[in-house]
Amino acid sequence: MTLQKILKSRLMWPVAMLVVLLLCALIFSDGFFDIRIQDGHLFGTPVNILRASAPLVLVAIGMTLVISTGGIDLSVGSVMAVSGAMACLIIGDLSNQNSVGGVAVAVVAAIALSLVLGLWNGFLVAVLGIQPIIATLILMVAGRGLAQLITSGQIINVQSSPYKVIGAGYVLGLPVSVLIAAVVLAITVLLTRRTALGLLLESVGGSPVASRLAGIQARRFTVMVYIASAACAGIAGLIYSSNVSSADGNNAGNLIELDAILAVVIGGTALTGGRFSLAGTTLGALLIATLDTTAQSVGIPPEATLVFKAVVVVVLCLAQSATFRAMLFRRSTPRPAARAEVPA
Amino acid sequence: MIDVSTTPATNKTGPASRRRTYRPNAQYIPVLATLSLLIVMYTFGAVSYENFTHPSVLLNLFTNNAFLLVVAVGMTFVILTGGIDLSVGAVIAMTSTVAATLLQAGWPAGVVIPVVLLVGGVLGLGMGAVIHFFKVEPFIATLAGMFLARGIALLINQNSIPITNEFWTSIAETRIVFEPGVYISGMALVALAVVAVAAVVLAWSRFGRNVYAIGGNADSALLMGLPVGRTRIGVYTLSGFCAALGGLIYSITTTSGYAGHGTGTELDAIAAVVIGGVLLTGGSGYVLGTVLGVLVLGMINTIVNFASLNSWWARMAIGVLLFAFIVLQRLVTRKAK
Repeated sequence: MTLQKILKSRLMWPVAMLVVLLLCALIFSDGFFDIRIQDGHLFGTPVNILRASAPLVLVAIGMTLVISTGGIDLSVGSVMAVSGAMACLIIGDLSNQNSVGGVAVAVVAAIALSLVLGLWNGFLVAVLGIQPIIATLILMVAGRGLAQLITSGQIINVQSSPYKVIGAGYVLGLPVSVLIAAVVLAITVLLTRRTALGLLLESVGGSPVASRLAGIQARRFTVMVYIASAACAGIAGLIYSSNVSSADGNNAGNLIELDAILAVVIGGTALTGGRFSLAGTTLGALLIATLDTTAQSVGIPPEATLVFKAVVVVVLCLAQSATFRAMLFRRSTPRPAARAEVPA
Repeated sequence: MIDVSTTPATNKTGPASRRRTYRPNAQYIPVLATLSLLIVMYTFGAVSYENFTHPSVLLNLFTNNAFLLVVAVGMTFVILTGGIDLSVGAVIAMTSTVAATLLQAGWPAGVVIPVVLLVGGVLGLGMGAVIHFFKVEPFIATLAGMFLARGIALLINQNSIPITNEFWTSIAETRIVFEPGVYISGMALVALAVVAVAAVVLAWSRFGRNVYAIGGNADSALLMGLPVGRTRIGVYTLSGFCAALGGLIYSITTTSGYAGHGTGTELDAIAAVVIGGVLLTGGSGYVLGTVLGVLVLGMINTIVNFASLNSWWARMAIGVLLFAFIVLQRLVTRKAK
C-alpha cells in the first residue's frame, strides 16, 4: 500500500490517535506496557484495556449494523441491564450456584430475553414505522425499569464460579470476555462480508425504497439488525454483570449507547446509513476504552477525564474532516507554483 | 389540445360529494394528533384519579417543565435544520455550576445572568462552526460539546453548590397566584415568553424561513442563495443560548448549581420535539408542537406520580405510556394522510 493510500484511508486517523494516546501513556506512566504472565494468565495494562473494551466492542458491533441501515439504537444500555438482571436472578435461585448447567440455562435465558427486546425495537421501527431514536428511547426508559423489576429493585449478588468465567475468566491465558468479543466480531464479519448480507444492509441504509423496489425485503433486514444489536448488548450485559458478580439495574451499561455511537462514527460509518466498517468500529471502541484507561495512568484527575475525552474527540473529528485538513494543507503549500501558470 | 369549454372535473361527482367534511391542512395533522391525544390523556387522568382536575395540576405542568420547555424550543430549531444537539443537558449542568460559583464569589446577579447566557451561546456557536465548516456530524460534534460542558462543570466543582443570592431566591419565589394553591411561577412565564418569541421568529422571520429551507434540502437552499452557513451556526448558537437559559431556570428553581443537573435532558427534549410532530430529518414541524410534546412528557410524569408507583414501575409506566402515545399518534397521522 502506498503512503497516499494509507493517508486517504478513513481508518488512518483513529489509528494515529490510538498510537498517540499509547505513546503518551508510554512516556508519562511507568510500566504501562509491562505484560507479564501470572498464574498462566496475561496481566498488564494493555490486557486490562482489552478487557474493559470488550462490552463496548460488542455493543458497538451491533450498533454498526443498526446504523448501517440508517437507524439508531438507544436501548443497548438498558438491554445490558436487563440481560444481567435476568442471568443473576436465575443463578441466584439455583440450589447450587456453581452448577455449569444452571449457569448455561441462565445465560441462554438472558440472551433469549435480549432477542425478544430486539424484536420489539425492530417491530416498532420496521412495522409501525416509528422514528428509530424514539422507538428505542421507549425501551431505554422502560428497560431500566424492567431490569429493576426483575431484581425487585435490589442489587442481586451471585457467587457462581462458572458465571464468573464469562467476565473475569481466562482460557489459554487470554481473557474470556475478549475472546467472546473477538468471536462475535469474527462471526459478524463473516456473515456481512463473506455473504451478500453486508451488501444488502448497505443498500437498505442507502435507500430503503430503492432496495425494496429492487426486491430486497428491507423490513425484514431492519428487524434483523435490531435483534442483532440487542443480542450483542445482551452478551455485553452478561460480561459486565459477571465481572462484578452482581446485577445492577441502574448502572449496568449507563451511557454506553453514546460511547458505542461515537465508536461507530469514529470508525467511519456515517449516521445516515449505507456503508459501514466493522474494523473501524472495533478500532473506535478500542480507542474510547484506551482513552479512559490512559487518562488514569497519565495522571489526569478523574474530574478532568471528561474534558480530556472531549478534546480527543474534537481533535479526532477535525483530523477526519477533509475540509479541515484542506485548510491546514493550503496554508502550508507554497503559493508561487500556482502563480506561475497564470500568465500563459 | 386542452378543451377549456368542458365543466371542471370536480363537478362531475354530483352534489352528494359537495357536503364538505372538515379536513385539516396535512401539515397540521401531527400537531392536532398530539393535541387530541393530550386531551385523551388528561381525560384518562381525570377519570382515574381524584383531584386530577384541580387547576394546579395543569399549571404545575408548566412550572415543573419550564426549563425543559426552553431547552426543547432551542432543540426544535436545530432539529428543523436536520441536525441534533446532544449537549443541552450538559450545558444546563455547566451553566448552573458557573452561575452558582460566580454568585458565591460575590458577583452581582445582573452580571452573572448575561455572562452565563453568553457562555452557552458561545459553546453553541463553536459547535455550529465545527459542524458547518468542517462537516463534522452534528451528533458527534454536540456529543463532544456534551463531554466538554459536563467536564467543565465537574472541573469547577464536583459537589452541589447552594445559591443564597437574594435576587435568585426572590425570583424563585415569584409567582402569580390565581387563588390559594393555584399559581404559575415566574419561570414558567419566562418559558412561555421564549415559546412565543420562537414561534414568531420561526413563522414570520427570514431566519425562520431559512431554517425550514435548510431542513427541507440544504443543497437547494444554498443554490437559492440562502445564507446556509449563517443560519446553521445560528440555530446551534440559539440552542446553546436556550440551554443556558434552561440552566438558569433550573438553578433558580432548585437554588443550586450542580454538575449532575440535567442528566438525560437532551433525550427528553428530543423526545418532546419529535412527539410534537417535528421530523428528525428536518424541514417540518412547529414550536407549538414542541410545547405539546413537553406537556405530553409532563402529563405522563404527572399520571405516574398520581398512581404513586415505586421507581421501577414508574419507569415501566413512562415507557408504556410513551409507547401507547407514539403508536396512537402514528395510527392517527397515518389514517389522516
